[in-house]
Amino acid sequence: MSHITQAPLDRLPVALAPTQSVTLHINGQDHTLQIAPWTTLLDALREYLDLTGTKKGCDHGQCGACTVLVDGKRINSCLSLAVMQEGSEIQTIEGLGTEENLHPLQQAFIDHDAFQCGYCTPGQICSAQGLLNEGKARTEAEVRELMSGNLCRCGAYPNILSAVMEVLTNEESGTKNLKPKEDVGQWAAGATKPDMAPVEPAK
Amino acid sequence: MTLQTDYIGKPTSRIDGPAKVLGTAKYAAEFNVPNLLYGHVVSSPIAKGKITKINADPVLALPGVHQVFSHENVPSLAWLDRSYKDDVAPGGSPFRPLHKPEIRFSQQPVALVVADTFELARYAASILEIEYEEEAHETELTQHIDEAFEPGRGKTGYQPPKSRGNFGRGWEQGVAHVEANYSHHAQHHNPMEMFATTVEWLGDKKLNVYDKTQGAFNSQQYIMKIFGLSKDEARVISKYTGGGFGSGLRPQHQLFLAVLASLELQRSVRVSLTRQQMFSFGHRPETLQHVALATAEDGSLTGINHFAVAETSQFEDFTENVVGWSGTLYDCKNVKLGYRLSKLDVYTPLDMRAPGAASGSIALEIAMDEMAYAAGLDPLEFRIRNYSDFDQAQNLPYSSKNLRACYREGAAKFGWDQRTPEPGSMRDGNLLVGWGMGGGIWDAQKQPALAKVSLDADGHLTVSSGSNDIGTGTYTIMTQIAAESMGLPIEAVTFVLGDTELPEAPVQGGSWTAASVGTAVQEACAKLGEQLLKQAQKMDHPAFKDAKIDDVQFANGQMRLRSDLTQAVVLRDLVQASGEPKIEAQNSKLPGMVDMIKPPKYSMHAHNAVFVEVKVDPDLMTVHVTRVVNAVAAGRIINPKTARSQVLGSVVWGISSALMEESVMDHRFGRFMNHNYAEYHIPVNADIHNIDVIFVHEEDAEVNPLGIKGLGEVGLLGVAAAVANAIYHATGKRVRDLPVTIDKLL
Amino acid sequence: MNSFTFAQAPAIDAAVREKAGQPGSAYIGGGTNLVDLMKENVERPTHLIGLKKLGLDSITASADGGLRLGALATNADTAWHPEVEKRYPLLNQAILAGASPQLRNMATDGGNLMQRTRCYYFYDLATPCNKREPGSGCSAIGGYNRIHAILGASEACIATHPSDMCVALAALEATVRVSGPNGERTIAFEDFHRLPGDSPERDNTLEPGELITGLDLPAKGFEKNYSYLKLRDRTSYAFALVSVATALELDGGIITDARLALGGVAHKPWRDKTAEALLIGQPATADTFRTAAAQVLAGAKGQGTNNFKIELAKRAIVRALKQATEMNQVVDDNAFQNSNP
Repeated sequence: MSHITQAPLDRLPVALAPTQSVTLHINGQDHTLQIAPWTTLLDALREYLDLTGTKKGCDHGQCGACTVLVDGKRINSCLSLAVMQEGSEIQTIEGLGTEENLHPLQQAFIDHDAFQCGYCTPGQICSAQGLLNEGKARTEAEVRELMSGNLCRCGAYPNILSAVMEVLTNEESGTKNLKPKEDVGQWAAGATKPDMAPVEPAK
Repeated sequence: MTLQTDYIGKPTSRIDGPAKVLGTAKYAAEFNVPNLLYGHVVSSPIAKGKITKINADPVLALPGVHQVFSHENVPSLAWLDRSYKDDVAPGGSPFRPLHKPEIRFSQQPVALVVADTFELARYAASILEIEYEEEAHETELTQHIDEAFEPGRGKTGYQPPKSRGNFGRGWEQGVAHVEANYSHHAQHHNPMEMFATTVEWLGDKKLNVYDKTQGAFNSQQYIMKIFGLSKDEARVISKYTGGGFGSGLRPQHQLFLAVLASLELQRSVRVSLTRQQMFSFGHRPETLQHVALATAEDGSLTGINHFAVAETSQFEDFTENVVGWSGTLYDCKNVKLGYRLSKLDVYTPLDMRAPGAASGSIALEIAMDEMAYAAGLDPLEFRIRNYSDFDQAQNLPYSSKNLRACYREGAAKFGWDQRTPEPGSMRDGNLLVGWGMGGGIWDAQKQPALAKVSLDADGHLTVSSGSNDIGTGTYTIMTQIAAESMGLPIEAVTFVLGDTELPEAPVQGGSWTAASVGTAVQEACAKLGEQLLKQAQKMDHPAFKDAKIDDVQFANGQMRLRSDLTQAVVLRDLVQASGEPKIEAQNSKLPGMVDMIKPPKYSMHAHNAVFVEVKVDPDLMTVHVTRVVNAVAAGRIINPKTARSQVLGSVVWGISSALMEESVMDHRFGRFMNHNYAEYHIPVNADIHNIDVIFVHEEDAEVNPLGIKGLGEVGLLGVAAAVANAIYHATGKRVRDLPVTIDKLL
Repeated sequence: MNSFTFAQAPAIDAAVREKAGQPGSAYIGGGTNLVDLMKENVERPTHLIGLKKLGLDSITASADGGLRLGALATNADTAWHPEVEKRYPLLNQAILAGASPQLRNMATDGGNLMQRTRCYYFYDLATPCNKREPGSGCSAIGGYNRIHAILGASEACIATHPSDMCVALAALEATVRVSGPNGERTIAFEDFHRLPGDSPERDNTLEPGELITGLDLPAKGFEKNYSYLKLRDRTSYAFALVSVATALELDGGIITDARLALGGVAHKPWRDKTAEALLIGQPATADTFRTAAAQVLAGAKGQGTNNFKIELAKRAIVRALKQATEMNQVVDDNAFQNSNP
């Protein structure tokens, strides 16, 4: 039998660092927060600004769920302190598209069923946007490699790949992903409006 | 004739897709209710012993720290073990967090520090001084095989495996034999979302509990019993769950801790576990297996012997069906099965995707490959020769079984007939190519579930059931089922789940949600149909005057006479005419005793066959799974789009299990050491190549009216074995201890 | 994570002064590893000195024909810098083999040198570790040591340095520029990281308060024949079991200059000049490569679960040298093509 002390590294609490005013520029808006330096960018978004679209999957830079864009570059927001990001342009999933106007990546992720539980999804999409900004990936192999900083435990990788490839290909050919793909095909024509008048049976 | 409102069987994008891609779907830790406090869990550094002292004063002295909860100050809670038993608890005495000073497993939660901010709680937890007396622990399964015992029938539906015939004789009758040991290590579910609970204090013990769970009702029952709360006081909400894979079947520590803190402090509280703490609870148990097979001259199996021993905790007997499948999947008269548990100083294992079957199929399907080689047969041909047309284990015919089509269509798609059998005989340039196969079986289950439907005067249908969607597609397929049942456009239907104020549904597990909740939705819709017909009759609609429910159909937004489709009435007009804001219906209560004890007439199972290609560098022995075809026979597929994704995910899981996934314990500390996403390896995008999913045609009127068998587990079966078999085919190296990491191939 | 104060330093000398004046302070570049270790309570600085405003993020040509990498240049910007891609492709490959795109966008070149080991025990306060708590013991010895050292380890520590970039920098003979309380100095790359000996708490030879300001790459970039081969437990986003950085100069099939360094095998990037000497003047053949590999691993010692790395390292060296010679290498494993029959 041995005696073990689960001990503080500093036995006595030191004085807590005071909070300070930090202004973050997120999705085109300035947000001024009163926070201590130990607040990560991820926690600032989730806990102080209610921008919970950015996810915490490991808090150690090992999963990519917290990916946001800083000055157009994808980073892990869990490993960055909020105070380090003053003056940067931060873009989160909330700044990418809206329900009425989905970003082509968001639409492609739905069309290709590129997620299941959805928890890694905002990080995957922000990461894919970062990948597009970098312009280094062309082939499927390159996209796989350069999307490997985002784990997906549901295993949606093949669909994530096809979603990103679609947007990448459209961007390269200069076409926009204007319209969502209709999964339902012609059989649904006319049947998709909730307030429709009685309709005749299809032949 | 296809109706415009036929949705079942049509690929349909996820209803919850926009919320998930926009980031507006809220998970348990994302309800930022006012005046929220944060709890941080302190975990035990030792595996066994007891706490002798907790020095909380310096922590409590920090401004902003509200309380340090530990066994020293937890109020008296429910006394009996059974109050701590959740619906999925195995036999034994469930672990009670902060109950006693005793430490029973490494990373046991020993204290909860509650503070104003997440950062402060985390810091305060890091300076909490706790003293322990450590005792010797036992965590090594291989050292404790002799003490293993045969577990009894638990309340979880576990059936001890049944042997049949005489294996000894069957073994002697065989002309070819294989016998070997197989093993895999502990695995942790590691869903992307870390376990978290946000408790919203509404005053006077009334709580809204946002919990990460696979079953809101299970979480509710658990906290009601422990904390003496009423159903009203303990509302549990779980609209989105960031992956489960079984980890959310049982309430986890943070639920207890968050509710405790909220009730004691009369404040809203959030407790999130860290990724490291995600290794502090249930896991797929390390399992050691032994398989012996014998075949006659014609390749028919004359004997199967499958024995497994698995770990469990000191306080609960976690059981799963590891070996039972070996008595069903192939035709054989002489089958000997055994399953034992050994108690170790670890937390109780927990169902993890295809529990038992995933483990058992590793041993059985590698052994089948070895047997095929020993018998001089192609592995596919060998399985076809031993095809089971009748369930010998249950002595019942199959309600349906189209595994033959899985073999045929999967092999054709893969090009299996191009395979040359000799190991190392196929190449792609310098790379060794290996083709392997496997497969499996999972039972088609159905649990009692309730659903309610409500049609409003705008013609909008709201369907509700307190089920869950852990990424399985529940939102979408229930919407499809309801829309088709009521003949409404899919946009006119909203499905609501994940709330204990909704009709009760079982935990999401066992691949039973689609069948269970789907049937409930269908039944509720049928009841609504009857009421709508009555309403039409009340309105003196001449066409429906004498109509019975079977005389009408619901389609294209109308109820109409089957005999004359022009005789129709718009559904919303019926509601409007009723004078009520809506017309509602619910399926009947849980099935009566009579239904429960009726002996089954059929064996009901889903099956799959999986074909795998690996490429192996002959010098470096790096392995890549370049192609997989997974053919699945699982009855009716409600949504081929989401169903395909589920099977794709299963294949990724199988590859992970085969090549990388392993929770490594250092037995000197009794502690999992790779407790993070950097060292607990799961595949990344670059690991995954071509995967084809085939759903073979299978109609089954016996399983349930919808013909659903369930998909959550079956796609995983045999995948890991098929990868290991392909590696053997490529390299001639037979690895029986998974994962097949590079060191085992050098 | 403990409580700390934070200030962006306005200039190098101010940063150095601030560090000297504040015991328990630390420099922070991109965040990444330091923030990770702070969350694990392995690092507990009481004051962080931000370096973002020091203007050390440029990559410029140096007077001797080489390239100067600012310490604050990110790994990604370095890897994709046109001069690096063109003249130092080995460095490009090594950087891109490490971490993930997100981390490479954050991590700085100076920080890459400063990252600490991934030893499981170092990271877990529940277990003894001499590097974290000198004198407490090494848990990795006799424990789970898959990612641990086979070369240059001591009885006090068998940790490895996890960097990929540094392995290439070692092979390329980079120079580390530092500023400290006593002014500026340069450190040869091979002298920067150290072996654990009996003081494994020290990862490198920086003096207290010294700040990395840049890295100098010599003019010679070995852009014709090079290879960075990384073997790991999954295809990407994993630390190396073994990695090899090699660069050759060839003249008619004869090796005229050679560099050979390994990652994932020692407390520092493991460059073996003896093995390089065995290559120089020899034909670029498998026999030559095997001789060099045998030399590198001659003194290797397994610790149990990492025994396989000795053989793996030998094979990796031979393969990397072959790739550098032939330059028709598979750059990464993704190039695997599917072979639909």
